[in-house]
Amino acid sequence: MKPKNQRLILVAAALFAVVAAALLAMWGLREQASYFFTPADIAAGKASEGKAMRLGGMVQAHSIQRQGDGLTIRFVVTDGKATTPVVYRGIVPDLFREGSGAVAEGRLQNGTFMADTILAKHDERYMPPELGNLSAEHKAGGTLER
Amino acid sequence: MIAETGLAALWLAAGLAALQLILGIAALRTEFAAERAMRGIAVVQGVLTLLAFAMLLIVFARTDLSVALVFENSHSAKPFIYKVAGAWGNHEGSMLLWVTVLSASGAFLALLSRRIGESTLTAALGAQAALALGFYAFLLVASNPFARLDPAPIEGRGLNPLLQDPGLAFHPPTLYLGYVGLSVAFSLAVGALLTRQVDSRLGRAMRPWVLAAWIMLTLGITAGSYWAYYELGWGGWWFWDPVENASLMPWLAATALLHSINVLAARGALKAWTMMLAVIAFSMSMVGTFLVRSGVLTSVHAFAIDPERGTFLLALLAIYVGAAFTLFALRGATLKEGAPFELVSRESGLVINNLLLSVILAIVFLGTLYPLFVEAISGEKLSVGAPYFNAVAGPLALLLAVLVGVGPLLAWRRERRAILPKLRVPALLGITALVVTIVLAPGIAILPRLALGVAAFLGAAAILPLVGRNPLRAPPETWGMVVAHVGIAVALAGMAANAAFTTERLAVARLGEALDVGPWVVRLESVAPTAGANWTAIEAQLRASRGAAPIVLKPQTRYFSDPPTETNEAAIQTFWNGQLYTVVGKPDPSGAWQLRLWWKPFVTLIWLGGAIIALGGAIALFGRALRAWRARRKREPNWRERYI
Repeated sequence: MKPKNQRLILVAAALFAVVAAALLAMWGLREQASYFFTPADIAAGKASEGKAMRLGGMVQAHSIQRQGDGLTIRFVVTDGKATTPVVYRGIVPDLFREGSGAVAEGRLQNGTFMADTILAKHDERYMPPELGNLSAEHKAGGTLER
Repeated sequence: MIAETGLAALWLAAGLAALQLILGIAALRTEFAAERAMRGIAVVQGVLTLLAFAMLLIVFARTDLSVALVFENSHSAKPFIYKVAGAWGNHEGSMLLWVTVLSASGAFLALLSRRIGESTLTAALGAQAALALGFYAFLLVASNPFARLDPAPIEGRGLNPLLQDPGLAFHPPTLYLGYVGLSVAFSLAVGALLTRQVDSRLGRAMRPWVLAAWIMLTLGITAGSYWAYYELGWGGWWFWDPVENASLMPWLAATALLHSINVLAARGALKAWTMMLAVIAFSMSMVGTFLVRSGVLTSVHAFAIDPERGTFLLALLAIYVGAAFTLFALRGATLKEGAPFELVSRESGLVINNLLLSVILAIVFLGTLYPLFVEAISGEKLSVGAPYFNAVAGPLALLLAVLVGVGPLLAWRRERRAILPKLRVPALLGITALVVTIVLAPGIAILPRLALGVAAFLGAAAILPLVGRNPLRAPPETWGMVVAHVGIAVALAGMAANAAFTTERLAVARLGEALDVGPWVVRLESVAPTAGANWTAIEAQLRASRGAAPIVLKPQTRYFSDPPTETNEAAIQTFWNGQLYTVVGKPDPSGAWQLRLWWKPFVTLIWLGGAIIALGGAIALFGRALRAWRARRKREPNWRERYI
């Protein structure tokens, strides 16, 4: 192979790789990215049922109910404009409390959010970034815990 | 005084970096002989930043609360090791560690580099100084670690309890050595492009730096993965968290560079490509630093949110990456390609390796940054997680792992023999593994199943370069390659086994109640309060049995008061064939306790594989260094008198 052809082939291969990567990534992102919604978004019908998404807001006071199995909880997330009921089975994060912020990952099913995981305020200083606008006392720093 | 000494050392180092940069430019433009002076300055600069870093360690060790950073992140009642390690468990301290590694790398380059020409070395030291200067400015202007508080508070705020773990002592320094060590490859590439001396000599000079950085990066990522696994109590070992991706991206680029640099060193080919990768590798380190340190994402590791810092870092990133790519665009096309090669050859194999690694890198990069782009443009918030990365990058990684078994069998320049017959035994093993999983475990997902087959294939194929010759006479780099590639097979087997065969049990248990998980029966024996130096805890006692002698596990929920936080301390028991992972949750009103149990077969292979991969790198690095040392001693019998 002549050096000049070799370089052409290498450049073509690199370009092909870039395009392939971009196409693969675009396909993957369209299929797999999960969008963030607030209860108001859901009330407005922006979220489609059954697709992976994240729901964020404050846990409404007196809304946490433990179910008989000791593991499932039901609670209501609010953003001040609307509310969404959430069901979660598992160990809740350490600082998951009524009146504080939480983000749930999961799917919407008949208007109820079925959460796979719950992310909550991890320490006194931290709040999930999506909740920044919802709380006046939002302060920087800290980490996120599931 | 200690904090002021540290600050003064930093200012002085910044001044020296400016001088070093000016000398570098002068040496490039004129015939000015700056090499000796620049080597000296680079070493002094390294010593000064080490001094500054030592000062930070001292104020943290003493819990000197008049230093703002200590007040924010430490507490007098903290165990000593976390007081010291806490020095880099925060934004400013970790940036100081970053800069220290950067200028120490420059100092080592100045001390050790003998293989490249004088002009390239001075240009590279100039580039290293330019990098250092920007980050000194960032530290001194936007992230001063030594700022004082007056009056000094009486008690500190404490360190985030998640960080109060031996992992903090090991993970960030190793990661940074790797991450920032890549700056040397960046500077050498920039230097060589400036002086137009991109040749096999440069490849050989750059290789040990890349290899050393890559080894540390591999160890750092492996350690970080295990740390997150046991500390977070989520039972996962990789979360595709943006901060994890920030360390994975430089690793992918460095791995590609490590392979292409061999083509440059051995054959003088792939010049432009290798220079490009050297630039990209450290650019990825800077992208990672920007992502983590600017607070643009918030995740497990991101501690800081501060737009000023973010803008500063983004500007640095744009300047350095922009300048390097402009230089590459101007000079890259003028590089003469070296020795030609045929389509079926070792070189082609390494090109394919590079292309696949680059595609995976691009996929991780786009997935990590996409949410930021979307939010910046449309304000819509979204997250990209494991489903994307596993689905898009996973199959490519498997394809790459298959080719890892094939590539090393190819000859340089042109492969005339048929190599497929050599792969008969590994292929048979791989197919057997596939068939066995289909028969014995029909329910598992496709990706883990394929990964088990590929791991079996690669485990055997990786050894082939040592077969048919006397393994003891094989050069150390061949051994290093074989060991590292076996490590990939081991890690892959661990990932696949964990994904395919993990059993999880989430339940509420009363005292005395027993739960099944995998082959284990776990009984909740008692729950009692306990306490440590700066925490109190609820501790469950679990007795796990699998026929023979039972073992006891004690998972805890810990409560820290400074700052007020709870953490889950998982109790993990390791066996030769897996780990039993237990977490205790909250009590329900009737007094029963939530328990989360996992049986994870062969999960430890993931980190063992990572360690083996790094070991392979170390064998190649030290083997080559030893051989070079011996050759030099033979050539110059009197070297000792001259140097000592």
